[in-house]
Amino acid sequence: MNENYFYHALRIDHKICFGCTLCMRNCPTEAIRVRNGKATIYENKCVDCGECYKVCPSGAVYVAEDDFQSIYNFKHRVVLMPSVFLGQFPEDIKASQVYSVITEIGFNHVFEVEASAFLHTILSNKYIREHETKKPLISTFCPAIVRLIQVKFPALVDNLIPIKAPVDFTAIYIRKKLIEEGANPEDIGIFYITPCAAKIAATKSPVGEDISTVDGVLNMDTMYNIVLKEIKQKKEFNKKITANNDVTSDCVIFSLTNGERRLNNFKKSFAIDEIHNVIEFLEKVEDDEIEDLDFLELRACDESCAGGILTCGNRFLINDRMMQRAKKLAERERNGETSRRKAIMNEREYLTQNSHVGKIKPRSMMVLDEDRSVAFQKLTRIKEIESKLPHTDCNVCGAPSCHALAEDVAFDRANMTDCVFMQRNLEKRGSLKVEESVEIMKNIWGEDKLKDYILNK
Amino acid sequence: MMHTEFTVVEGDFANAGKASSEIKKTLKQLNIDNQKIKKIVVAVYEAEVNAIAHAYGGTIYVDLDEEKICVLIKDKGPGIPDIARAMEKGFSTASAKVREMGFGAGMGLPNIKNNVDELDIQTEVGVGTEIKMIVNFNS
Repeated sequence: MNENYFYHALRIDHKICFGCTLCMRNCPTEAIRVRNGKATIYENKCVDCGECYKVCPSGAVYVAEDDFQSIYNFKHRVVLMPSVFLGQFPEDIKASQVYSVITEIGFNHVFEVEASAFLHTILSNKYIREHETKKPLISTFCPAIVRLIQVKFPALVDNLIPIKAPVDFTAIYIRKKLIEEGANPEDIGIFYITPCAAKIAATKSPVGEDISTVDGVLNMDTMYNIVLKEIKQKKEFNKKITANNDVTSDCVIFSLTNGERRLNNFKKSFAIDEIHNVIEFLEKVEDDEIEDLDFLELRACDESCAGGILTCGNRFLINDRMMQRAKKLAERERNGETSRRKAIMNEREYLTQNSHVGKIKPRSMMVLDEDRSVAFQKLTRIKEIESKLPHTDCNVCGAPSCHALAEDVAFDRANMTDCVFMQRNLEKRGSLKVEESVEIMKNIWGEDKLKDYILNK
Repeated sequence: MMHTEFTVVEGDFANAGKASSEIKKTLKQLNIDNQKIKKIVVAVYEAEVNAIAHAYGGTIYVDLDEEKICVLIKDKGPGIPDIARAMEKGFSTASAKVREMGFGAGMGLPNIKNNVDELDIQTEVGVGTEIKMIVNFNS
């Protein structure tokens, strides 16, 4: 696979997009432009955070997912369900009902992702203790954050904890168990229910390693609809099926903000959610402005995975349901009704051996050219172009800011005359005809937006 | 050669770091070693804080080319009476108020010296101080 290639699950349906610029204006990495009236993504700048999906008013931004029917390519069909999935359902729906329905819609096994979160924590904490010189150590739980650091904060790539995510551990564990039970490895299909696009992207092109631990990804909203419909239409539930007891109370809320941080006791650590907050903080970390920092839990979404773009319902309510579930579980752990030691810990050694993600490489989108002299020329050109632009960041050129346009011009991806202020100036001088300006605008905004509305009315 | 200027306002700690983070943004685009960028940022930041805390504000002049960055911080300050002492680690003339804000640890000038290739300080008591620092990208 090409080293510079990032798989992206976020796509824009050009049949629906009407070029409103909202996604472009909200993209934290300036990865979107409007061309021919439609939003388009610069793939090497996109980190799959999903901000565009959140703000899109027309539903044109979508998340590519695997076909549900593809589960039938496998004889042993496993679904990996993150705890946040159960948090979607209203209080009157029990976990056992969700489990029961999932086994009836095609899956043979249901397993909660966070089953391995405890082991993940043990390994992360060990790594942090053993790498004092690399502080602050940054969690790799959120794949959008990993990509953000790769492209925007390459100096911090070495601070990332190179340990697989809980979903990978759990997948490896289940695969091993099924093989031990006699399953043919090729017959095992492990499917992950994802709350966001970044997890899909990370699954399709894993950071630092080449083989994915799961066979397919299903979007959480799709699964929510399928499961809820079944539950609503059912009168009887299979009483024999109860919710697995795979996860400890503190790991049920692992994917929420502070979920990782509360499981360690480092002197100085932060849990920061929402990508703009993260960027603001990382700027400081990069400058060594914050001293003696041990650990950072960073999540791209507000309220972490409860705010994932594919979750259904309000993120605060989802958060609360998960907290309530953790509370109940903790109560049962205290009463001795359930053990905190889970079966997965028996495979601790095997999982530890397979815990490393390999080298995470920087993929800076900031560097203008590998050759410093060429980069310097580009930089000079960008500054020169930028000084001529109006600094209004009006978006009429189809770029998110005057600076972004200057960069695009320097890289021959756009023209100075895309700027509407530039057009007026040139028209005044007589070196650009109005018809030519209209043509330029049509290239950016499409034919429709430049129809002669006034005369037709 | 690329030239940029920043104004530093006396006592405006809230905006300390504006110049150094702008410089960082620029250097990141030039594929310069991350450790080198960090050093420059630290040195400029310290100089910014000095101009804010000790002087009556000033101007930062940045000259950049392919080989090096040269940063000149000119302040309209009280000047440094004893440069040798000011270069000592831990020596500070910062007021209690400034120290309360977490500044004035006496590491300013020593920190700058440690992070740059060339450092030249011109100072005149009652007139001001000019700190010129150069970092070569290839060294």
